This record gives sequence, C-alpha cells and structure tokens, in this order.
Amino acid sequence: MIDQSPALILLAPFLLAILLALLGIKREWLCFPLVIAGLAISVAASVVTLLRVIDEGTIQYFFGGWEPPFGINLRVDGLNALVALAVSTVSLLTAIYSKRAVPAETSDKVSQFYTLYLLSVTGLLGIVLTGDAFNLYVLIEISALTSYALIGMGSRRATLAAYKYLIMGTIGASFYLLGVGYLYIKTGSLNMYDIQEQIVANNLHGSPSIFVAFVVIIVGVWIKMAFFPLHSWLPNSYAYGPSTTSALLGPLVTKVMIYVMIRMILTVFGPEFAFDQLDWSNIIVWMSVIAILAASISALAQASLQKILAFLIIAEVGYMVGGVWLADKMGMIGSIYHIIADAFMTLCVFLFAGIIFTKTGRHDISAMEGLFTKMPLTMVGFLVGAFSLIGIPPTAGFFSKWYLIQGGISSGHYEYVAALLISSLINAVIFFRIIEIAYFGSKPAEGHGYHHNEEQKDGTMEASFSMLFPLLITAAVLLGIGLYNQEVVEIITNFVSQFNIGAIIL
Amino acid sequence: MELLEALSTKFNYWIYIIIMMIGLYAMISKNNLVKKLIGMSIFQTAIILFYVSIGVKEGATIPILYHDQVHPSHGYSHHKADTGHIEDHHPSHEEIVANLLIEPDDFGNPLPHVLMLTAIVVGVATLGVGLALTQKIYRDFGSIEESEILESIKSAK
Amino acid sequence: MPSSLTSFTPVLATLVSLLAVLPIVLLGKRPNLREGATFLAAFIKFGLVVSMLPTILAGSTIEFTVWKIVPNLAIAFRVDGLGMLFGLVASSLWIVTSLYSIGYMRGLKEHSQTRFFTFFAISLSATIGVAFAANLFTLYLFYEMLSLATYPLVTHHQDKEARTGGRTYLTYLLSTSIGFVLPALIFVYVKTGSNMEFSNSGFLSGHITASEALILLLLFAFGFAKSGLMPFHSWLPGAMVAPTPVSALLHAVAVVKVGVFCILRVFTGVFGTDYLQDLDIATVVAWIAAFTVVVSSLIALTQDNLKRRLAFSTVGQLSYIILGAALLSDRAVTGSMTHIAMHAVGKITLFMCAGAIFVATGKKYISQMDGLGRKMPITFAAFSIGALSVIGLPPTGGLISKFYLVTGAMDADQTALLVIFLISTILNAAYLLPIGYRAFFPKDAQLANQPFSWKTTEEANWQCITPLSITAVLAILLFIKPQFLLQLAGLMVGTNG
Repeated sequence: MIDQSPALILLAPFLLAILLALLGIKREWLCFPLVIAGLAISVAASVVTLLRVIDEGTIQYFFGGWEPPFGINLRVDGLNALVALAVSTVSLLTAIYSKRAVPAETSDKVSQFYTLYLLSVTGLLGIVLTGDAFNLYVLIEISALTSYALIGMGSRRATLAAYKYLIMGTIGASFYLLGVGYLYIKTGSLNMYDIQEQIVANNLHGSPSIFVAFVVIIVGVWIKMAFFPLHSWLPNSYAYGPSTTSALLGPLVTKVMIYVMIRMILTVFGPEFAFDQLDWSNIIVWMSVIAILAASISALAQASLQKILAFLIIAEVGYMVGGVWLADKMGMIGSIYHIIADAFMTLCVFLFAGIIFTKTGRHDISAMEGLFTKMPLTMVGFLVGAFSLIGIPPTAGFFSKWYLIQGGISSGHYEYVAALLISSLINAVIFFRIIEIAYFGSKPAEGHGYHHNEEQKDGTMEASFSMLFPLLITAAVLLGIGLYNQEVVEIITNFVSQFNIGAIIL
Repeated sequence: MELLEALSTKFNYWIYIIIMMIGLYAMISKNNLVKKLIGMSIFQTAIILFYVSIGVKEGATIPILYHDQVHPSHGYSHHKADTGHIEDHHPSHEEIVANLLIEPDDFGNPLPHVLMLTAIVVGVATLGVGLALTQKIYRDFGSIEESEILESIKSAK
Repeated sequence: MPSSLTSFTPVLATLVSLLAVLPIVLLGKRPNLREGATFLAAFIKFGLVVSMLPTILAGSTIEFTVWKIVPNLAIAFRVDGLGMLFGLVASSLWIVTSLYSIGYMRGLKEHSQTRFFTFFAISLSATIGVAFAANLFTLYLFYEMLSLATYPLVTHHQDKEARTGGRTYLTYLLSTSIGFVLPALIFVYVKTGSNMEFSNSGFLSGHITASEALILLLLFAFGFAKSGLMPFHSWLPGAMVAPTPVSALLHAVAVVKVGVFCILRVFTGVFGTDYLQDLDIATVVAWIAAFTVVVSSLIALTQDNLKRRLAFSTVGQLSYIILGAALLSDRAVTGSMTHIAMHAVGKITLFMCAGAIFVATGKKYISQMDGLGRKMPITFAAFSIGALSVIGLPPTGGLISKFYLVTGAMDADQTALLVIFLISTILNAAYLLPIGYRAFFPKDAQLANQPFSWKTTEEANWQCITPLSITAVLAILLFIKPQFLLQLAGLMVGTNG
C-alpha cells in the first residue's frame, strides 16, 4: 500500500470523480462525503509520500511496471512532494468549505460541480507528479477544461470570463505542446529526466531547436500562470466564478504552473542552460518587477474584494517568476517556499471572501462593515491571511519574503527587493483599508466621545462551522509553516542543492 | 543565422507556422465568439500537423512488422521443435530482437502520431467546452458578438 | 569576565502578559476579576524581571534560545544591562498604569474595556520581548507585534478622529519598518553570514563597506520610526487620540522607548561604538537628532492641547536619547540609557496628570487650566515634579541623565551639540513650567485671590491620583538613588573602554 502512495494521490480523486458522476446525480447527499473521502485519501497519500521522500530520496513509480523512457512514470522528489501536499490540502480545505456554498450557488448542478472539482484536482495533482512532458500537457488540459466549466457555472459575467480564459488557456497549453514537440525532435524522448540526460549527453545546449522549445514552453507557461502582461484572463475568471471555484483555482492554478516552470528550468533544460547560457535574468527580473508593481497598483484600484485578490495573485506570480530568475539559490528556495505559502494565504483570503459573499451577498469591500464585532472568529482567520500577504512575522508570507529578498540582495537585484517591499506596503494599505472598514464601519461616527455599548457582541452572525473550520485551519497552517519554515526549507534546500544554480555570478 | 537556416531547409515548419498564425489571428482579432473558436481549432490543428510531420520519413511505411521480419525463413530455432528436447523451442525475446531485420529508416515514427490522437481528443473537448460556453453566453446576453456583449455589460452597470 | 546563564525566566517574563489575555477575555463580563487578572500578570511580570536583576548587576547575562526559525537564526532571548534597564522601567510602570487605566476607563465609562485590557497586555508582552531580544530578528518580530497590538488601543474611540490618527500611526510605523528595517535586516543577514546576535562590541565590523554602513545606519535610524526621529515623527501627535492611559504608558514609555531602545541596540549591539567611531558616520544621525530636538521643542511651545504639547515634548526627548547614543562617548551613551528610565518616569507622570485633569474636569487645553491647581493640588504638584524631571532640574532623576549627556557631549568634543542641549533645556522649561505655574498662580486676579482649602478640591478618583503620585515620588527617588540604573548602563559601555 505504501509503495503505491504516489499513484494513490492521483487515483483517489480520479476514481471517486467517476463514482460521483455515476452515483451523484440521483443521490445528491452522497456528493459531499465522496469528495471529502477522495481528497482525504489524497492528502494522506501525499503525507506518506512526502515522508518517504524525506526518508528515501526521489521515488519513482512506474505505471504498469514499464520503465521509462518507454513507460509512463511518476517521479516524486522534494519539490513535487511538497507541492502535491499543498495542492491536496488546499483542495480538501476548499471542499470542506464548499459544503454549504455549492448547494447555495449552483443548486441545480451539485453532482456535476463536484465531479468537475475532483477532476480538476486530479489534473493539478497530475501536473505536479508526472515525470512525462507530454502527459503534463494532457493533465494541464484536464485541469484547464474542468476549470473553464467550474468558472462558467458562476454568474452571467463568469461565462464570458470562462470563455476568455478558454481562449488564452488554449494558446498557453498549445505553446507548451509545441515546445515539447521541439524537445522531442532533438532528444527523441518525452520523459523529463531522459530529455535532460539526452541534452547533456549529446551536448544539445547550443541547438536552436532546444532554444525554440525553451522559449515556447516558458511563454506558454507564463500565459497559464498569468504572468503580467499575459494576465488578462485571470481577474474576471476568479472574481465572477462561484466562490468555491475561486477558492480552489485561485490558490492552485498559478502556483502549479510556477511549479511547471521551475520543473522545466531545473529538471528538463537544466539551470546551466536557462540561467547561464541564456543570460536573461536581468530582463526577466525587470519584467517581474513591472508585473509586481503593476498588479499591486491595479489591486489598489479595485473595489470588489475578489478582484483585489485576483490582482494580488498576479503580483504574487511576479514574486515567484522574479525569484526564480534571480538565478540565485536563495531566490529559488524562496520561490519554491512561496509556492506553498502563497497557496495557503491565497486560500485563506479567498475563503474569507467566500464567507463574506455568502453572508452578505456582496463583493464590494464596504460589505465588511463592522465585522470585527459581528464575526470575530472569521476576522481572526482573515487577519492571519492578510498579515501573511503583507509579510508580517511570524506568518508564512514573512518568511517567503525573507528568502526572496535574501536572494535579491545576494544576487544584486536591488530593483527586485524594492519591488517586493513596495508591494508589501501596497498590500498593507489594501488590507488595512479593509480592516479599518471592518473595525470602524464605513461611515465612522462623528467627533470624539462616541461610545458604543459594552454589550455589543449580541449581534454576532458567525459563519457556519463548515466554512469557518477550513478558514481557521488555513490560518493555523500559515502560522505553522511560518514558525516551522526551517523544516520546509530544509526539504527545498535538499532539492535545490542538486542543481548548480548561481554558480556563475559575475 | 543558424536558426533561419534550420527553418528554411524544412518547409513543413513554415507551413505549420503560417497556419498557426492564421488561427492565432482569428482567436485574437475576431469579434464573433464562434469564429474565435474556429481560429482556435485551426491553431491546434497546426500543432497537430507539426507533430505529424516530424514523424514522417521519406519512403517509409507504417510501423507494423511483417511475419518475415520477425520470423526469418532461415532461423535456427524451428528445427529442433520436433526432436522432443526439453530445451526451449521458442526463441526468446532477446533472440528475436537480435535477429530482426529492421532498418529504422523504413518506418515512420509512430510516437508523434499516437500523441496526436490524444491531442485531437483534447482539441475536440476544448472545442466542445468552448461551444457550450458560447451557447450559455448567447442565452445570457442574446448575442455572440463580443462588442455587443461588452456593451450590454456596460449598460447593465 | 561576563558569564552567561541559561534560564527560561526571560521567556516567561515576556509571555506572562500574553498568557493573561485568556483570563482577561474570559472574564470580560466581570470587570473586577478581569482587572484582577491584569494586576496579577503585571505583578508576576515585574517580579520575574526583578528576580533577574541581581544576576545582571553581577555582570552576567541570561540567555535562552527558543527555537531556530531560519537557518542559523533563532528566536532567542538575552537579558543584559540595557535590556534589564528597559524591562524594569516597562514592567514597573505597567503596574502603575494598570491602576490608572481602571480609574480612567471607569471614570469615563469607556466602551469595550475588555478589548482595551487585552491589547494592553499583548503590547506589554511585545515591549518586554523587544527588551530581552537576543538578536535583530527577534527584536524585529516583537517590534512589529507591538505596532499591530497598539493599533486597537490608539483607535479605541472608533470615531473619525481615531480613524485618522490610527491610519497615520500604522502608515508611519509599518511603512518604515517594512520599507527600511526589513531590507536592512536581511542585508545584514546576508552580509554577515547570518550572525545577528547582539554583542557589546557589535558584529558588523569587517563585513560591510563604509558607505554600506552609512546607508544601513540611516535605514535603521529612520526605520525604527517609533523613536519619532524627524521627519517620521508625526504619528506620535496623531496617536494622541488614544485614551490617556495608552498615551501614558505606550506613548511615553513602551512604544516610543522601544523605538529608541532599538536604535540604541543598533548603535551598541550591531555596529558597536568603536566601529562607528572608526567610520565617523554617527554624526549624521546626531545632527538629525539635534534638529529634531530643537524643532519639536519649538513646535511644543505653540501647542495649546496639553496632550499634543506633551507629545511633541516626547519627540524631542527621544531625540536626546538618540543624540546621546550618536555621540558615542561612554558617558553620553550611559546618559542616554539612563534617560530612557528618567524620561519615562517623568513623562508618564505628566500624561497621567493630563488624563486626571480630563477625567475630573473634561479640560484638554492649557489655556483652560488657569488656576486649576487650586482645585487639583495633588495632580498639579505631581505635574510640576514630572516637568522638572523632563527638563532635568533637581531634585529629580532627569538631572542625572542630563548631566551625563552634557558631559558626554564634552567628552566627544561636540561643542555645537552641547549648545543644542542647553538651548533645548531652556525651551523645555519654557513649554512645561508655565503650565504648573499658571495653575497655581493664575493671572486672573479673581482666581488668584480665592482662598485655598482642601475641602474645595475636585481631584479625579483615587485610582487616577495614586499612580501619578507614585510616579512623581519615583522621579524624586531616582534622583536620590540612581546608582543601580547607572550600574546597568555601565555594564553596556564598560567593556569597550
């Protein structure tokens, strides 16, 4: 059983998705328990896999016993074991949240929603775990196709947003596919590790095909991760979709695509090629600086909470792309740590936004009026997420900034450091504006000496347990991976130190 | 330019790029949502074409082995079959491989073609989802012209 | 040789008020028990701090490493002379202020008192955490915690004014700490190979170039904006919208002193005075501080709102401390460390008097206070003593620290800065003394001729009066017995000359 753990991460949600599609339509009450069961197994399997990776190092899993380069394999190392755990945990927490939200928002399509939900998670987990470049494409499309549908179940505008996402997503994925084709021409292999071996063995670094493959793959992945200025599909998709969809896709899709980028750079092409030979660090770090600033400023201009969060995701993507292209070991560690941290902090604020929407039916930030007295526990959860996005210790967000800034300083990219700090400050402005509204109300009482009654707490309208629980767990996770960041970083460091990053710093 | 040279010697790349750009153009600049989807299909087909073309070799045939190739007429293993020896009278896998008379140049590369079966399925599914979304948009907004839809969103505000 | 002990006491001293949050929240409906919990925590905290005093005076330090948080960097506590000095001041004054808060909050029937006492306790934890931090990282952690925990206190009234004040407060404190201190912190971490432990001689020497050192120094000096160094001072008058106990404890003692404490730590523990002397860059900070001293004193003169005047006075006094540290001579540094305590005691008295006046009469403006001394003799007597201490006149503790500062300036051959000290002392006298004087001897002849009688006094409730009397007496006691403070400060400068 333990040997099968990597496959189980994927298969549990996949098989249950099929089961759900068959059983769920007639028996709607079955949907929720099945989803939870599938994802719980997935989380458990991820934990087991992560522990095995820490213990044994890289795990290979061959489907049907066929060994690569002929067979399809899952290959789990420190990087994707961590990301897989984050993905499965986030999707489980979102699933718990969805208990009331899904029947409320998509009442006539509960079983369809959950089927797609599980398939989408399967796709995302597959992307993270697979060791095959072409399967990666198929899995990207599985997660993408399901997410178009998941978004399209939202309001009127969500359908249009989903359509645009479909167009952009297809372009991105097709570019990736094209790149894989070029890689195949030169190396005759689709297995990521085999491709790398072939490139090194045949000394293909100078080959124009490899160069084209790299460019096309990176651009494709950038589109999928909404790297500014290729981000236009994201804000509306996440802002108008059902709240469960936003809480699932918002934290995961961009992060998983960043994982793909890192995997491509480190494992497939090799850091020597991506960083030393191409020497694009300066340009791309500057691009990420612009991405961070532009997205943060756009976030500042939004009035709807979901839109703010959507733009913050785009800014965070800038953090990670920049961090990777610092071509510095600390920057890489910071980016990978940030994948995990950002998944949870985005989840935290999206769950909060979902709760607010369920409670008030509104998206604009003035809906948050007086929430500290009405929903104190929800606000505690939100505060942790907000502090993490701002980067206040000891939340996870602080430490990811810590490592990223460290990378920026040691690689001499001070513009990146400045962008991170400015974006932190903008986040602080954004969130304290919300906190202020929640604390004072949108129209504060005039003058001094205005006193509330001591017995104000009577008007509490705390969210239901199934919504509050995942929010508070996420907040706890944020503090946990903040305080115990060393353990997480150790796994990442072990992974990153296999590669020769930042060896040549002029 | 090494890159240009590599491309000019192989015209199939040029063709797929041209088709791809036509598709991309339609996806980006067309106002009609269905036309955009048609563009998307063209775009994906170009990539399929690219893959198919890299698997092709001049004068090669489909990658199926004929009986002669696997069991050459003067193979040594058949003779001992009647003597009742317990030794294995069927050739092992390794022996067959060793005796194969296969030239890689005689066969087209099947793998890219197989991959494209999957890609076609993905493409069809994408198109299906896209059309479904378009239908829903038409139901919600009463139009599939992007500019009209944006107009109606604006006026709804 | 200074030895070091390992003990859990500093952690406990930090956490005790954080732990007190639970009973305070749970007992929210029963005010007397709730305040009991506050007092209990305050006394335990003070007791724990005092229990470490003999060890520190004997020349040892107490250390405790909680756990490693990033590679080579731990959340760690270390109590030394300076930390002890600050810890003593903050924890002892918490007891006094707790009593005062009860009088003030109940006297004015303020709302959400549970929230008030909760965040007060959290703030105190953060303050002591800063005092006992063993490295820059731990220091920063508690520094940020303090900024956030004090926000609900500053904006306690939840009205428009509080909103504006609170916004200024957070804007200044967060933008400086994230914008300046954090990058400086990480820069130090990267450059020194991740060693950030404070030591008496600093640890930066040899790791950075002179120009980097200057930038770092400025980043730290401005980044710890709680110290009110101009031009990042305007949060302090803005924060005066808070209820007076908050102003008293936090904006005369805890928050602002945390700011200067951090700067002192950076000067002595991170750079080391010798290294700064070699680089000759501290004079930049000294002149910024000197500028702040004079300008803020001048602004204070023009303020009619008593709390605002005190706030600007605080800005100036804080810069004294920074100025003393930037002079780098042993006596000046000693003076600036002792001034933390002296000014705290003096200023808290003044703030509590301002609050007592507001509770009893509802008056906030100095111009309304003519002749008020006859109605509130105890309050104004205490006020005068506090004023003397802040100005630095006998018989109060302020004289001691000012004496050290002035002689320190002479040691450092900074005659120009010496003149600044003298000018500002005159200015201090000019904006503080008239208040007390006019209260007892009003210009208005009718008021002046009224016969005084104890029966006609209208003092605030006893919970307000007792604490301010205690601190006034304390200010005088520190004049008579300043030795242990000087000894603690001496521990910090003794080793390097």
